[in-house]
Amino acid sequence: MAVPADLDRTMTMSGAMVEVIATEMRADEEMFYMGEDVADCDGIFDSTEGLREEFGRDRIMDVPISETAYIGAAVSAAQEGMRPIAELMFVDFFGVSMDQIYNQMAKNTYMSGASVSVPMVLTAAVGGTYNDAAQHSQALYGTFAHLPGMKVVVPSTAYDAKGLMHNAIRDDDPVVYLFHKRLMGIGWLPAPDGPKTGVPEESYTIPFGSADVKREGADVTVVTLGLHVHRALEAAEDGVDVEVIDLRSLVPFDEETVLESVRKTGKLVVVDEDYRSFGVTGEVISRIVENGLGDLDSVERVAVPDVPIPYSRPMENEIVPDSDDIIDSIHNTNS
Amino acid sequence: MEGKTPGFDIGAGQIPGELHLAAGQEAAAVGVCHHLRDYDTVTAPHRLHHIAIAKGVDLNRMTAEIFGRETGLCSGKGGHMHIFDMDVGFAASEIMTEGCPPAVGAALTAKKRNEDNVAVAYIGEGALDQGAFLESLNFASVHDLPVVFVVEDNDWAISMPKDRITAPRDGSKRADGFDMTGDRVDHDDVVAVYEAAGEAVGRARDGNGPTLLEVQVHRRMCHFMGDPQTYRSKGDQTAHRKRDSIERLAEDLRAFDIGDEELEALRDRGPRSCQGGDRVGPKNNRSPSRRLLTRTCSPTHPRE
Repeated sequence: MAVPADLDRTMTMSGAMVEVIATEMRADEEMFYMGEDVADCDGIFDSTEGLREEFGRDRIMDVPISETAYIGAAVSAAQEGMRPIAELMFVDFFGVSMDQIYNQMAKNTYMSGASVSVPMVLTAAVGGTYNDAAQHSQALYGTFAHLPGMKVVVPSTAYDAKGLMHNAIRDDDPVVYLFHKRLMGIGWLPAPDGPKTGVPEESYTIPFGSADVKREGADVTVVTLGLHVHRALEAAEDGVDVEVIDLRSLVPFDEETVLESVRKTGKLVVVDEDYRSFGVTGEVISRIVENGLGDLDSVERVAVPDVPIPYSRPMENEIVPDSDDIIDSIHNTNS
Repeated sequence: MEGKTPGFDIGAGQIPGELHLAAGQEAAAVGVCHHLRDYDTVTAPHRLHHIAIAKGVDLNRMTAEIFGRETGLCSGKGGHMHIFDMDVGFAASEIMTEGCPPAVGAALTAKKRNEDNVAVAYIGEGALDQGAFLESLNFASVHDLPVVFVVEDNDWAISMPKDRITAPRDGSKRADGFDMTGDRVDHDDVVAVYEAAGEAVGRARDGNGPTLLEVQVHRRMCHFMGDPQTYRSKGDQTAHRKRDSIERLAEDLRAFDIGDEELEALRDRGPRSCQGGDRVGPKNNRSPSRRLLTRTCSPTHPRE
């Protein structure tokens, strides 16, 4: 793992993200944060905890419930040279504002012959496991990664969240920063132990396109991201020597780290909380088949079957992959 | 579908795609943009070239872009519906009203920086019912932003007349619901537009908030080049052609003893500002350049 072992300052993932935003905002008066319930409420998922107190409502802006208006406003403010962060409260709400995201934010640089830049961060909460049903529980990683023109980042630990957020804010292009609700460390939505990690006080960046080997192993490669990094690590304690790779960013995609691991293990399991078809699992496998077919002995994928996320607890638990599902797939690669 | 065949194959001509000409809408462009400075922002929809010209967009490079050349404003990647010229604060989006939120963002930026820049969002009257426009009115009003929304009412949303799809008939009344000033110029007169826009742009520049301004224009031509307009009566087309704001302005000038010779001289100045096809750069190579697959990202590097 990339985290220095001797760190005695541990943080939640939301704490690490907020620390970065505050640091960058102190350094750059042109930065501001827009979203619903981000000022007086500190962000529904603690994504702006304490920031309004320091920066005031002009820079930590509550906005009308008009995702199209404020995300579009962020696009233009970024084109004017400011550094906005726009928060989409739930990624599931992208439908009401997608034009500004994929037709404006993501395309303006290309369409203009690179005469404009859109240095903004679009943050959004993703993921299920708390019975919020079909319109509040999706990951949608593949949806954003599929459309060209935006970088897509998914942290799984506080340490990574900090380095990736510094990089996202400093990037001159639009970055979609998807944080998993279950990992944030919110009082009413307890996180597993994994995402709370040591975090250095000083600033550091984690380059996009650098996947992280969260656990080294010789027998099977498990590639995943977000919450499922932790579920894969749990599954890896089942006796097989599993290597767990956390992609950390989908765009750009670190093909080399995955290829290198598969050269060693010959067995690939891709785990995703997004839908199974036409998504992350298919893309990862396709990349490895294209460039490392000779190294592959066996492939499995674990993802949400192609149905909306159901509400009832046992039903949701059934379709969102858990560590047992991952263990089964690991064993399948050996059978 | 007899009669619906376009006059020519729009995929095969020198100008790629469905070109939307703006003849008949000049008053809305000139009357408003005359009050603007280079650093003011204008966002425009698909029917945009009159606005681009009025805002001072580089005509040679815009022409090159229309022809899809790499010398164009957008290296041939944007095309005639997606013109960007950031030197004069001009950006376009072909998606209905989706230029409104970015105009709001430019106005928000001006307010945050305590600058007197103004943003103008142009939409057509067919877009009065779109969410992005309505969301933008609210956002602009609640933050008291220096933005002017200009509705160009040419009576037609492709084939649908305004009174069949939009209530109320006077689009500027949308402003009432947002505690915003609304105004409508109900005839094709560049001087009347200029005066109304002077109020609106002045209000914005002085920090007194947004305005919604609807301007009656007319569509002299088809929706896109090649559109046979089977949905539109000959009578309507003839009536529209009689509403030319350029002819009206000429009449007004004659009333001030401006002679035909001077008017002709003024007319000649227009075409000369664009050098024409020969100067817009070489025709597209058969094999597109390496830049085709690059520059989805900025050419600059992330800040360290």
